[in-house]
Amino acid sequence: MFWSIIQALLNGLVSGTILAVPAIGFTAIFAVLRYPNFAIGSLATIGAYAGWFANVRLGWPLEASFGLAFTGAGIAALAAEWLAVRPLEKTGALMMAICSLAVGIVLENMVRFGFGNEPRGFNVPLMRDIRLGDLRISPQQIENFAVALGLMALLWAALNFTRMGRAMRATADNPDLAKLKGVQPATVAAITVLVGGGLAGIGGMLVALDTAADPLTGFRLILSVFAAAVLGGLGSIPGAVLGALIIGMAEELTVLLLAPNYRTAIGFAVILIVLSIRPSGLFGEKSS
Amino acid sequence: MVNYIIFILVVAGVYALLAQSLTLSWGLAGLVNLGLVGFFAIGAYASAMTTKWGGWPIPLGLLAAVLLGLATGFLVTVSTLRLRDDYLAIVTLGFAEVVRLVASNEVWLTGGTDGIAGVPAIIPRAWGPNYHLTMLAIVSALAIGTCLLVNHLAKSPWGRALRAVREDQVVAAVAGKPVVVLKAQAFSIAAAIAALAGAIYGHYTSYVAPDIYQPLITIYVFLAVTAGGVGRPVGAFVGAYLLIGFLELTRFMAEVVPGISPVQAAATREIMVGLALILLLRLKPNGLMPEKNQKSPAGTFPTGASR
Repeated sequence: MFWSIIQALLNGLVSGTILAVPAIGFTAIFAVLRYPNFAIGSLATIGAYAGWFANVRLGWPLEASFGLAFTGAGIAALAAEWLAVRPLEKTGALMMAICSLAVGIVLENMVRFGFGNEPRGFNVPLMRDIRLGDLRISPQQIENFAVALGLMALLWAALNFTRMGRAMRATADNPDLAKLKGVQPATVAAITVLVGGGLAGIGGMLVALDTAADPLTGFRLILSVFAAAVLGGLGSIPGAVLGALIIGMAEELTVLLLAPNYRTAIGFAVILIVLSIRPSGLFGEKSS
Repeated sequence: MVNYIIFILVVAGVYALLAQSLTLSWGLAGLVNLGLVGFFAIGAYASAMTTKWGGWPIPLGLLAAVLLGLATGFLVTVSTLRLRDDYLAIVTLGFAEVVRLVASNEVWLTGGTDGIAGVPAIIPRAWGPNYHLTMLAIVSALAIGTCLLVNHLAKSPWGRALRAVREDQVVAAVAGKPVVVLKAQAFSIAAAIAALAGAIYGHYTSYVAPDIYQPLITIYVFLAVTAGGVGRPVGAFVGAYLLIGFLELTRFMAEVVPGISPVQAAATREIMVGLALILLLRLKPNGLMPEKNQKSPAGTFPTGASR
């Protein structure tokens, strides 16, 4: 039992780190544009298919395929933002959220139209699990973990050391003040959506690498993404990372107790409990 | 063909009930319930299980559905109403998925993914064509009745207070309105209406299974309410029939496109549904029958400031 708990925590660390990638995307879009983008699941699906297309159809290596997953999902996110969601800005965040839900349906079904419902596996070599005493981990898991971690490091550096990164944080913190300081809100919003959507795309591809890409890849992910972002406090990037790690480990631990199908319900249970105690999440802003 | 049209109209009546549910929670109280389909499912299961397995008479099954809808609606609100609106949207979306997960996995309770077949009918199916016609009458009457009820609620002082909460809950609270209580009441009653719709639909189609309760149904209802008029019960009622007309239209349109597979046809329909909602939100966000500004009754104005 002891080792199975450690194994579950190890799996949770890996899946939580992967989950953090789309959760950062979701929460970053919320931080700057002030609405929950429900298309995030479909954007993850688009990333999974873009990565699969590059890897299997075009024969690219995985590293380059991640690039196409990021670009494809990022561009889709930006197009949807400009064409559908942005024009509703004056009607309020909830209308934009509902619109993003409709956008998600359109995007998911465009993927279904193009590629059908069959699962699409990636072209990755089968490798033996690495054993460490009673623990086991697959090389693919290690690679996915490394990609997710590297991406987060890159993002952290970009947010802290580049002009645009600082402009994004300033806009999230206080849009009026940022504007006063010469930050272009439209540019910041566009880049946030591009990067946020791209991160969702990479998240989708990371998940699909473990199993396969299908039109519901992203949809299966969204409850955990929401749970991670809400748990950490909507709009907080460190919160989303911590939330994702907690949700990832909680999901893996409950597999020991409950039917694996309940994995996605765990995130929901965790956020209900946390929100009942702290209505703005762990790192959320206090007032509305 | 006639039977097909009657069937479609019964389904439209069920959606008219769902549209009233959303009008109450979203239109009047401003609470975005993205888990509408979860309450729809709960009602369907409550009535199907009690009547099929428990042998209860159908009116009691419907009552069980309404009460369970009310209770779960209340439970969801208790844990979420102090939260900001965007959190509520996320939590309700998750709630509907959890309902579907439980329905799929608790085989001992719900029959699992196989669902419950042979749910008893409200009136004998042996009536043949008259069965569908009588069901049409029952469902339409129920939909109209609920529409009138919600309309009445909307015009009552309670409904005015709800709209005040929707517009600005701080101001409403300052004016002495019990904001959280009002929201909880509206959300729970709306959940009960959705549960009733689910129960009726289950009895009519005689089949209840987790796969029926897809999140897309919630989108359909949002489309209906947006098309008809947010915050206007009559508009939502009309919107439900427009929705079903539109869904049938997309069916024919998808069939007309040459050389696409059934999967692609289904995807095309859903794309059209999504695009319709996006376009409506952009071009006619208040629907065909926008909510009217309520004027205070003549003569009461000088003293109307009380309460």
